[in-house]
Formats: sequence, structure tokens, C-alpha cells
Amino acid sequence: MRALAVEGVWKFYGDYPALRDIGFDVQPGQCVALLGRNGAGKTTLLRILAGLSRPSKGAVKVFDKDHLDRSARSAIGIIGHGIGIYDELSALENLRLFAGLYGLQSPDKAAHQWLERTGLERVKDGLVREFSRGMRQRLAVARAFLHRPQLLLLDEPFTALDDRAIALLQSLLKESLAQGSTVIMSTHQLREALELATHVVLINRGKLAHTGLRTQEMLDDPTYLYRTYGEA
Amino acid sequence: MLFFRQVATVAAKDLRSELRTKEALNASLSFALVILLLFSFAFSPTSDMTREISGGLLWLVFAFAGALILNRSFARELENDCLDALISSPVSSPALFLGKALANYVLLLGIEFVCLPVFGVFYNVSWAQQLPSLALVLVLASWGVSVVGTVFSALTVNMRLRELMLPMLVYPILIPCLMAAMQLTTPLLAGEPLTGDLFAWLRLLVGFDIIFTALAVVLIDTVLIG
Repeated sequence: MRALAVEGVWKFYGDYPALRDIGFDVQPGQCVALLGRNGAGKTTLLRILAGLSRPSKGAVKVFDKDHLDRSARSAIGIIGHGIGIYDELSALENLRLFAGLYGLQSPDKAAHQWLERTGLERVKDGLVREFSRGMRQRLAVARAFLHRPQLLLLDEPFTALDDRAIALLQSLLKESLAQGSTVIMSTHQLREALELATHVVLINRGKLAHTGLRTQEMLDDPTYLYRTYGEA
Repeated sequence: MLFFRQVATVAAKDLRSELRTKEALNASLSFALVILLLFSFAFSPTSDMTREISGGLLWLVFAFAGALILNRSFARELENDCLDALISSPVSSPALFLGKALANYVLLLGIEFVCLPVFGVFYNVSWAQQLPSLALVLVLASWGVSVVGTVFSALTVNMRLRELMLPMLVYPILIPCLMAAMQLTTPLLAGEPLTGDLFAWLRLLVGFDIIFTALAVVLIDTVLIG
């Protein structure tokens, strides 16, 4: 069973094709670095994969189910540009809310477990609007991992994170990969992404420029990919 | 069962958020009270005139005050990209929509039940004479306003002029619902029971609620996931 299958996906904004016939498969346990210059279409593709947008043409399957199917969504965890956390709720209320929405058996237990894991247990009843930026980011990471997703979609996950949140996210990603989860990560931080990645997908102006294994050349020189398959 | 639990979770979240910030609630309630007060000074109505305009006046106030609540419904999800977090979760779009509509409904009913006694005092109206029938009209018409308003709140959430666009889009569609509510409220405030012709307006309200709830549930997925 494929963790993700992207089949001939097009996305039009008016007449402009933001994505043109993108197609690739991701097997369970792979960590894919989704690379491309600004405006290449990475975020558009990730939004489609996350079920936040429909492709104009083509299909996306998550574990062989349509990406908008309820069970497919249950398997996905997302860290996007926003933290996806309510400022006027407490840390505990936020995690309890999402645990409930993901249909976890004991939302309260899961919420407490993740508050402890992210070092937020002592401020669990504090409103998020009173939190520091680092605390909010750690709570966002807890929200994304709360339901133990099988497929993680990360859009620029390390941007704007403080050191503690980066360390937490990196350790959770490594743990998830070790447990067989699949990760798709879009980022401009090539070196960090390539160190973690097993595969790369390069998008250039909405088209798939390259897909395949991450190689030693890419690690030695992160710009190798762009020079070889994309714009210099 | 899971569907109803998700509806309740979304509604409870919205109500808790609103009761903490009171952004929409304060604005809506103060707007409704000020309009009721201003009209009472502007017209100094006789008892006959009050009887004629009471239903219309009340429902115009409720409709405008309701727009302030409905505007915040999806707008509050924009902060921190919470709407994306909700849509990407396994909550079905109809459950998300009904949860939000339910929260708006509770807030709107709250405003209405606070405004009624104030209306009674300012306009010297014995509004409680037909209270069960009046409550039935409020319950039915407010659901119609909440359902249509919540759909358009989702539709206009990313528009720059959403505060203006929402009422412009919603009020024309609400005309049958508001007309029925006004036609029913006027005699009920005058102490007349629900009889004869009035049942036709009541049936219109029930029909409006059923049709627009069904339409909203079917269309909301297209509205939320572009």
C-alpha cells in the first residue's frame, strides 16, 4: 500500500496553472523533501495533499483512499504556516479539542501526555494568548502529533521556530520515521531537509522536475539538485 | 454518534471562545439595545402604531445584531490559520458547519431574549402574553438566520470587505424568513393567539429552515474546500 499517490495533479488559479501534471508515489516510512524555489507550487501541492484544496485535475490518494476521505484525514498530521491553535483557549483545551475532533479514545489523557512531552504541563490552564512564541510553537507541534499521524505534511516546519521547538520537532520526526510514519517536508533549508530525507521531489514552476532517492551528491552540495534539474 | 459529538465539540469551542472574548456578543447586544432605545425616542409611538410596527422593528434589530455575530463566526478561525487545522481534521464539513451554526443560534437567541423585555419597557408592550408561541417563532426564525448567515460567513471569510458583503448577501435570501417572522411576531406581541392565516407563515418558517439547512449541509463542503 502506498502512503501517498499523486496522480496527474493540476491546479489552476483562473487560467494560470500553478501545478502542471504532478505525479509521484511515496511509500510508507519514506521521508520526502519537497523542494523548489519560491512560487514553484510547493505550498499549493501540500494544501491539496492536506485536503485543504481540491486539484483542478488529477487525484490524490492517501493509503489508497481519496485524500478527502475521513479515514485518510485521520492519518494526516500537518504543520503549516500558521500554528492552528486558538489564542482564547488554554493549552489543555486546545489539545482536548483536537483530540476530540480526531476521535481519540481518551482525549484528556492524550492531551496531558503531549503537554508533558512538550514541557507545557505546568502552564496547561494558561490561555494561549499569554504564551511566549516558543511555547505556542511547541503547542502547535503537540497538536500535529497528538493523534500519532501516519503521514506528516510539513510546510516550512523549521521556519520561525526557536531552538527548543526545532529540537523537539526533529526528535519527534526521527521517532515517527523510526516507527514507520511517512514525512513530506517542504523547506528552503536544504541542508537540514536533505539530512533527514530519504527521497526528494523537486518542483520547478509548477512542474515535476525530479523525483527519486536522496543521493550523496545532494548532501555534499545542496545546490546540486537545482543546478542539475532546476534553475541555477 | 461521532457526527453529533463533533457538532457538539465545535459548538462548545465557539461558545467558549466567544464567552471569553465577548467580541461579537458585546457589539451585537449594545447595537441592538441602542437601536431599540433610539427608535423609541425617534417615533414616540402610540399604542396602535407600536402594535403595527413591533414585529418589523424587532426583527430588523435582530437581523442587524445577528450579522455582527455571524461575521465573527468564521473570521475568528483566521487567526493562526485555525480554519486550516479544522478543515484538515477528520471532522466532516457538515459537522463543522452545524457546530458553528448551533453556536451562532445560541448566541442569537441569547441576544433576542435579552432584547425582548427591554423592548417591552421602551415601547410599553406586554410581550409575554403569548410567550410560548412567540418563543416558537423566535426559535424557528433564528435558526433560519443562523443557517444562512453561517454559510455566507464561510463564503465571505477571505474577502477584504466581509463585514459589508455578509449582510448584502444574506438579507435578500432571508426575506421569506424575516417576512414570516415579522408577520407572526406583530399579532403575538399584541396578545393575539396563533390562528388561521398565521399558520401559513409558521409553515413557511418551518419550510425555510428545512430547505436551507439541507442546502447548506450539501453545499458547505464546496464552500470550505475550494
